Amino acid sequence: MSFLKRSPWILHYAATSCNGCDIELLACLTPIYDLERFGIINTGNPKHADILLVTGSVNEESRRVLENLYHQMPEPKAVVAIGACALSGGIFRPAYNVYGGIDQVIPVDVYVPGCAARPEAIIDGVVQALALLDARAKAHKRRGQVSIESP
Amino acid sequence: MNAWVAALGFLVFGPLLGALLAGIDRRLTARLQARQGPPLLQPVYDVLKLLEKDTLVVTPLQGLYLWLFLFFMIGAGLILFTGGDLLLSLFALTVSGIFLCLAAESTNSPYSHLGASRELMLMMAYEPMLLVAALGFYLTNDSFRVSVITEAAPWQPLQLLGILVGFLFVLTIKLRKSPFDLSTSHHGHQELVKGLTTDFSGHHLALVEIGHWYENAILLAWLYLFFAPWGPWLAIPIALILFFLEVLVDNTHARLTWSHTLKASWWVTLLLGTTNLLLLAWWVR
Repeated sequence: MSFLKRSPWILHYAATSCNGCDIELLACLTPIYDLERFGIINTGNPKHADILLVTGSVNEESRRVLENLYHQMPEPKAVVAIGACALSGGIFRPAYNVYGGIDQVIPVDVYVPGCAARPEAIIDGVVQALALLDARAKAHKRRGQVSIESP
Repeated sequence: MNAWVAALGFLVFGPLLGALLAGIDRRLTARLQARQGPPLLQPVYDVLKLLEKDTLVVTPLQGLYLWLFLFFMIGAGLILFTGGDLLLSLFALTVSGIFLCLAAESTNSPYSHLGASRELMLMMAYEPMLLVAALGFYLTNDSFRVSVITEAAPWQPLQLLGILVGFLFVLTIKLRKSPFDLSTSHHGHQELVKGLTTDFSGHHLALVEIGHWYENAILLAWLYLFFAPWGPWLAIPIALILFFLEVLVDNTHARLTWSHTLKASWWVTLLLGTTNLLLLAWWVR
């Protein structure tokens, strides 16, 4: 078993979200849900993070930031899109400035629906991402440690 | 022979003890916030995970500096635990801190640079008090050797009371606890991101963490030294209780600015440390 499952550190980025999903995400860290039980820490730093949690319908301004954050995260890593906007653009989908889904910009592993997504659903999404990370860590070990990613 | 056992014990059990202290710290903090908290061995899982991750290298120098940070940290511990010179151990600890600052300064992140300059400021804040503590041990024992200090007279903790309180004050800085966690915040989503360690990842971050475990063990040993004449059965619990009082302080205080930190710690050093030292010198004479 990979130790990634025991200490996944998350990075949260609000790609032009309305803050509804962000509040639900931060609620996961409060005493009621207490994500730190599972060793999960909210790092504000892409270089320390294992899972990228993205909320909001990404637009031209946040696209560059999102790509930059994604490329700064060391392998193995996973991406979870949270909320209707992050999945498809939500009610903003017809807007001219919106990309309509995080997966238009970076590869997404787990989709968590909801407007806003409930904390239970977010935790479930992170747990699913952990299984993916575990498999990736094993494949990564087989390939050898060094992988240089081109931005 | 005894020194070899102590050295080996520190090398193997030092980081284990440090990791356990860090784990208890995190759990205690969680309980104070009405949360359940992570498993006790969470710091160990964190480091084992970091070893599985890729290491992003910003500059080749950072690896060298971080290895030297760990090297001097272990050196400081070895000198201390084999009963060597307290002053030499203190200087090795300082050199190790300087290398951590150099590593942070060698990277590109502005947060890292901010953390490094704040860490240097903190070193200016705590270093005088640590020196005063070492001098206090010299005045009571006529020797800087740890092996002599552990066999001091039983009233040593009373003789060094002011220095002990001052030392506890700067210990908060040394352990990077609130109100003095200016150089690297516990929580990365704060204004400083992660300060010193912002640009380190994978193996390099694991090195920093292991270094901090050794540092925890060394600082606990310093606390132990104050009460060493009372025997390990009394001294170790007292040292542990004082160590975890720092966690309480950490959870009940907000972060200070660097200027407040510097002023406060120098006043404490002057009023408690130096006064105690002068009284001690007068009394010993």
